[in-house]
Amino acid sequence: MNKREFLKDAILFFPAAGVLQALSCQAQGKELSASATTGYDQSQHWYGMGIDVDKCIGCNRCVEACKAENNVPDEPYFFRTWIERYTIRANGEVTVECISTKTAEGRLAEQNAPVDPSVLRTFFVPKLCNQCAHPPCVQVCPVGATFQTKDGVVLVDEKRCIGCRYCIQACPYGARFLNPYTRTADKCTFCYHRVTKGKLPACVEVCPTEARIFGDLKAKEDRLVRFQRANPINVLKPDLNTQPKVRYAKLDGEVR
Amino acid sequence: MSGTVPAGLYEQLAHQLSQVTGFIYPNEVETHWSILIVVYPYLTGIVAGAFILASLVKVFNVVEVQPIYRLALLTALSFMLIAGMPLQLHLGHPERAYEIFMTPQPTSAMAMFGFVYLWYLLGILLIEVWLEYRQQLVLMAQQGHGVMKHVYRALSLYSTDVSPEAVAWDHRASKIVTIIGIPSAFLLHGYVGFIFGSVKANPWWGSVLMPIVFLMSAIVSGIAMVMLVYMVLSLLRQEKLDMRCLDKVGLFLLVAIIVDFALEGLDYIHRIYQSEESIKILGQLVSVRLFTSLVIIQVALGMLLPMLILALVRSKRFNEDMRKLMYFTSVLLIQLGIFSMRWNVVIGGQLFSKSFRGLMAYKMELTGIESLTTALVLLALPFIILTVLHHVLPTRWMEERGIPAH
Repeated sequence: MNKREFLKDAILFFPAAGVLQALSCQAQGKELSASATTGYDQSQHWYGMGIDVDKCIGCNRCVEACKAENNVPDEPYFFRTWIERYTIRANGEVTVECISTKTAEGRLAEQNAPVDPSVLRTFFVPKLCNQCAHPPCVQVCPVGATFQTKDGVVLVDEKRCIGCRYCIQACPYGARFLNPYTRTADKCTFCYHRVTKGKLPACVEVCPTEARIFGDLKAKEDRLVRFQRANPINVLKPDLNTQPKVRYAKLDGEVR
Repeated sequence: MSGTVPAGLYEQLAHQLSQVTGFIYPNEVETHWSILIVVYPYLTGIVAGAFILASLVKVFNVVEVQPIYRLALLTALSFMLIAGMPLQLHLGHPERAYEIFMTPQPTSAMAMFGFVYLWYLLGILLIEVWLEYRQQLVLMAQQGHGVMKHVYRALSLYSTDVSPEAVAWDHRASKIVTIIGIPSAFLLHGYVGFIFGSVKANPWWGSVLMPIVFLMSAIVSGIAMVMLVYMVLSLLRQEKLDMRCLDKVGLFLLVAIIVDFALEGLDYIHRIYQSEESIKILGQLVSVRLFTSLVIIQVALGMLLPMLILALVRSKRFNEDMRKLMYFTSVLLIQLGIFSMRWNVVIGGQLFSKSFRGLMAYKMELTGIESLTTALVLLALPFIILTVLHHVLPTRWMEERGIPAH
């Protein structure tokens, strides 16, 4: 074989090998890895979210952005993310409310209410699916419609979900609901359609105080990783060993 | 968004929201497992309990129970045929239910239940009933006329051999199936308990005792149901009840209900003594939302009172009529109690927030798929099936009914 023939064969060989590999993948029913088509490799990421409790001002924009971005029904029974307000009084009494179920006017009226001297402190806590590393919802799904992606996001395949609602019962955080239109389980996806394109989840994008920090726990220089290093971190219901990837900074012990 | 919102959903949710006390997570307003999921363990429990009663005759040779052996088997089969229906009707996508069998997720308790259910129906109950009736089916096919002749031939699967050897083989095979059937019946209802007991997110459900509590309550409900059916059937036939049989079954029922009470009591004592984080909200749940259905109906009327009556039957010398009345009252109360127990587990577990800070409410719909009407229809269907089965497969031998066998 002379040099010219070798180069000609090599030029043919490499693309042909690629085609053959793709065909064999298809024959085995496997999908081509995302990196082969879009340059995105799931195995290189492990997503999480940091919540800086002190920074949340309870403006509810994240909730509205989430509903708009993800077609979440407007009615106050369906939320992929919501905001809770904790009011702690001098006598130790704790009141918790979900401000996201209130109307905008209702929230404004509360903001303008006179200061109650018995209140020691109040704070807001954004809630969403904790994207657990050890998710009980995935464990119980009878048909495998809810699953964890390689990059650590728990998703629901709405074409496969049978609507038995076992996952809703198994979630300790109340993060799931049955979508009344699709009749399938619904939950936060970390805006998977956005983050796999390098964008931020809608709730993070609109937060005016940067109370939500989205990031990749596999990337050492990531903002979320730095946030975790710099703050005392807690997760919700750690005793259940769900290993949440939503990490709260300066979380009060009253929050469940 | 595709699809339409089920009629009346938002009205139901608005009403339930208005009944909330304290703080709940916003997605918790909806009661995800409705009355149909209450009916499901109630029906399944009767299947397991009735089969275990039948097995007393076959495996443990309790001859006194022989008169209701076939009735117990047919009761188990009738309830089994309907037991899966409430689950099916409850699904958001019933047309995808087959996926549980096609692509089951091995880690899911619910996925595996589909196989346990099928195994019990096809591998145990149908075979057991067929073996029990084969000889009689052949004889009835020989003596029958018209359509029924063909029905009986088909039901006997066109077998014709009624020689003593063949019949002896039937008995041996039936005994083996029953021996496999007992752990299978335990598995069937223990598994239903596991579906709830394994949910760590819900402290009302998540208990290691749940499978065994479900199993014992299943045995109680199954025995009581067969007794009830036997008494009603004898009344309709205007036949004399076999008091020896009734007294024996009554004794088993008393033992079962004592064990059931002890287990449930242990569960409550354990919870109260351990006094974990959830104890305060569970206390509120019982005192505010479940007082009538749990304390009064389930425990006082459905458990303690029948236990007392069944014990009294044994300790004092009552005449037959009085004993019949006492048994009848007990089994009715037990059915009420066990249904309440299923309600208190399934609905009760969804009436407190997983934030442990508030209580929800459940407003049962009167009409629609997940409604009281559907539940009543599902509860009535096993009795209709039992009536039909009882006509096709008589519970007494032909000689007993005055028909010569040959």
